[in-house]
Amino acid sequence: MLAYIVRRLFYALPILLGVNLLTFALFFVVNTPDDMARMQLGVKRVTPEAIAKWKADRGYDKPLFVNAAASGSGVLTETIFFGKSARMFAGDFGRAEDGRDIAREIASRMGPSLAIALPNFAIGLLVTVSFALLLTFFRATYLDFWGVVLCVAMMSISTLFYIIGGQYLVSKVWRLVPISGYGGGVEAWKFVILPVAIGVVAGIGSSARWYRTIFIEEIGKDYVRTARAKGLAEAAVLFRHVLRNAMIPILTGVVVVIPLLFMGSLLSESFFGIPGLGSYTIDAIKAQDFAVVRAMVFIGSVLYIAGLILTDISYTFVDPRIRFH
Amino acid sequence: MPFLRLVFLSLLLLTACGSEQNDPYPLGERGGNILYAAFTERPKHLDPVQSYSEDEIAFTAQIYEPPLQYHYLRRPYALVPATGETVPVARYYDAQGRELPADAPAASIASSVYEIRLRPGIRYQPHPAFAVDDAGHPWYDRLDREQLRGIDKVADFAKTGSRELLADDYIYQIKRLAHPRLHSPIFSLMAERIVGLRELGATLRTAAKTLPADGWLDLDRFQLPGVTRVDSHTYRIVLHGKYPQFAYWLAMPFFAPVPREVDRFYSQPGMAEKNLTLDWYPVGTGPFMLTENNPNSRMVLERNPNFHGESYPCDGEAGDRAAGLLDDCGKALPFIDKAVYSREKESIPYWNKFLQGYYDASGISSDSYDQAVRLGVGGDVQLTDEMREKGIRLLTSVRPSIFYQGFNMLDPVVGGLSESATKLRQAVSIAIDQEEFISIFMNGRGIAANSPLPPGIFGFVDGEAGINPVVYDWVDGQARRKPIEVAKKLLAEAGWPNGRNARSGEPLVLYLDTTGGGMGDKSRLDWLTRQFAKLDIQLVVRSTDYNRFQNKVRKGAVQLFYMGWNADYPDPENFLFLLAGSEGKVATGGENGANYVNPEFDRLFEQMKNMESSGPRGAERLAIIRQAVAVLQRDAPWIYGFHPKNYTLGHVWLHNRKPTDMGNNTLKYQRIDVAARQESRQAWNRPVLWPLAAMAAGLLLLVLPAAVGYRRRERGTAR
Repeated sequence: MLAYIVRRLFYALPILLGVNLLTFALFFVVNTPDDMARMQLGVKRVTPEAIAKWKADRGYDKPLFVNAAASGSGVLTETIFFGKSARMFAGDFGRAEDGRDIAREIASRMGPSLAIALPNFAIGLLVTVSFALLLTFFRATYLDFWGVVLCVAMMSISTLFYIIGGQYLVSKVWRLVPISGYGGGVEAWKFVILPVAIGVVAGIGSSARWYRTIFIEEIGKDYVRTARAKGLAEAAVLFRHVLRNAMIPILTGVVVVIPLLFMGSLLSESFFGIPGLGSYTIDAIKAQDFAVVRAMVFIGSVLYIAGLILTDISYTFVDPRIRFH
Repeated sequence: MPFLRLVFLSLLLLTACGSEQNDPYPLGERGGNILYAAFTERPKHLDPVQSYSEDEIAFTAQIYEPPLQYHYLRRPYALVPATGETVPVARYYDAQGRELPADAPAASIASSVYEIRLRPGIRYQPHPAFAVDDAGHPWYDRLDREQLRGIDKVADFAKTGSRELLADDYIYQIKRLAHPRLHSPIFSLMAERIVGLRELGATLRTAAKTLPADGWLDLDRFQLPGVTRVDSHTYRIVLHGKYPQFAYWLAMPFFAPVPREVDRFYSQPGMAEKNLTLDWYPVGTGPFMLTENNPNSRMVLERNPNFHGESYPCDGEAGDRAAGLLDDCGKALPFIDKAVYSREKESIPYWNKFLQGYYDASGISSDSYDQAVRLGVGGDVQLTDEMREKGIRLLTSVRPSIFYQGFNMLDPVVGGLSESATKLRQAVSIAIDQEEFISIFMNGRGIAANSPLPPGIFGFVDGEAGINPVVYDWVDGQARRKPIEVAKKLLAEAGWPNGRNARSGEPLVLYLDTTGGGMGDKSRLDWLTRQFAKLDIQLVVRSTDYNRFQNKVRKGAVQLFYMGWNADYPDPENFLFLLAGSEGKVATGGENGANYVNPEFDRLFEQMKNMESSGPRGAERLAIIRQAVAVLQRDAPWIYGFHPKNYTLGHVWLHNRKPTDMGNNTLKYQRIDVAARQESRQAWNRPVLWPLAAMAAGLLLLVLPAAVGYRRRERGTAR
């Protein structure tokens, strides 16, 4: 397995390079270094000298990809792309355009993101799998029918509606928890409970319906009939046999997102005032902060690749027939 | 049943936790003399040399003290000393160094000298940069990365100190305007004015190249001839020529003190990597100091224990006494101990928390406008009953800003000073009904502009004398927009009868460049298209992103464009310069996006910009401004749009609030009735617990049939 993981990690390098190149190209198609300078320096009294000074100070005064004026390897290395990308592969994200250390900012924002994302993921998975198993148990009954109708209705509603509606009902009308904000320590629960609850409820519809489909497909197989013929209770059939055999498609969708939990949620963090990485990314895009955008896209790619590798590894745990070569 | 027991226990726990379950603040803060406010955009810079935006100055103005400040209550805005003893009066000298009288012609003045005397005994907030050992040597001036291990914020340093404010600190900060690694937005402007600043910038750029990337550039090693120390508490600034508006700059954080040891402290290796910079942890002498800086979530200002003391003003404008704004006359400032600013990126949570009493004041977003205010019978703005019942107060003020549509005067169709082009611009100015725009799209929050000058700025004239005679008539004691027929006649005289070229019959098509163009802008742009259609002019809207738009304006590749300006200081020069020929965007990269050049206006502008509004020549200046404004109204390089109105709401427990668009150091004047706030919060935030019980019951109703069904199925026989 180790050889497999090492091989996958080597495959990841050209992917990361490609993602970085694409991010760089797309960003600079839309924003020139002059635009970035103007965004950082403000709109009033910005002179061409101030822009030139800002660019020179941050290394944006060089050509993007090829420096025809340089000689030797400088043709490629004395460019904005090389200057901004090389250090990132060594894990040095540098500073944001406003001068603040990106790694430090990411470290401080990871906690709030995880405080929402982890319980949201764990509780959500538990609730949706349980609900899907329940529907499977009552398949072809009114409970199943109305359960599926409920799932379709729930997945048709925008997440924004859940957020605003949840804030209105729970925080404004019932006054049970703060509408927004974030705090550490023992009082953190009151800020986390509503976004987590909303995240779980908002995710039930699509996930439960998907899992139900998997379970229903699984429940018609011969081994299930055999299990029932042995006299096993239906709960035992579902949890011990059906769930385990349905794990491969579930893991495909679930494990890959585990590392991405670090990246936070763009919408929830914005509406609930959670100072996480989701809102950091949004702020950076709005502020045309290329350094942060590049770092977040890079981290996102790394985490996604890590998620895919983890997914592959997880298959071996649930299906002994799978082996890596 | 265990489930019911759990629900009951949860409800009991919630009830036991107190009445305000939705209180977003720590329990320990309850009942504290703390002001609660919100910010929407995270401040980028708190270093006074770079900070320029409104989001930033809300913090920096409470911490740093420039020598001057605006009087909190007087209107028109008046400068008063902050750390200075007096407001400096410029002395003028000719090229031979001979002193000239105050009313000497501007052309004869070679230099102006401002001498600022500081009040003695003013001390800085406690800070590790000032910590010294028994021998007087700084504790923290030789730090390396190893010693910084375990230190993540300024509060982690064990020792702090303070020292007296000195003239050298102001001089050091003025030199920082030219620092090559800092990007002061006013460097170019000040380099034109302060003697030797441009040369200092060049010298520092050369010096910085010899240093490592994080090496400290000790500015005391470099001379700035235009800024000199007279004695420990006095410094002198020498400007090229005459620049009466300079005094206003002395009230901005750009000219606040930065001690050399603070700059040295933050320049040590490893500091910037931990965000230990002046940009993150400002150091000042003001009434407050920043004790928590988490711009992603919360920023906290606390009372500076070393604040020199100041008393609440005892005079203001008419009406201030009746409004209770003089009740605290002579009392020591600041009134509050702490101000907590929470980040609210979305308007809905912000508004709801204000209504729950968790923010002391709030603006009114378009989402909450109808809930907050309504228009009275006479068109006046009133609070809704819901707001009145809560005791909320409304403050309105016209901001010293203007939003306008500029014509590119370099454009062959709408530009130039020819009679036909002028009449075309005048016709369009009449056709676009700004009053309707303000009513529909701004909920009445603005007043139509007659010239670039907003109310409150010297030169603004109210009433009949102040209307734009090209666009309005004075009828029955109020300005009335000229009928569309007048505009059509002007358009015909311009060579475009019925919107068609008199010679070729080609339709008149105008192009408007604007940013945005999303769903929210569509109705606005549709409305605008209809305004042009009144003259049979076809309007083509070219929406683009902000960068592209700015680029097009810079290159003069626009015909008609939207733009706005917020005043830096309350002087007409700060608005009229937007149309000065010397500021042409295409020619000089200045702020005159319309590229308007009229020698007559430029002559008048040059005259007025070097005059004072007060004193014996005030009337003369006013007359020149009125002439200049008349030229602008006739030439119509802009469609003078509107001056926006600020609507802010405040709870009944928040006292001494007065709309202030110039002075930003207003936190020290705010007073809070903590007991009244606590009482209201309790009354407004009693938790409603029955929904929890209802939800539990609902869940039970769902689970029960499932459980019954499960049991029945398990016990049933196979079919």
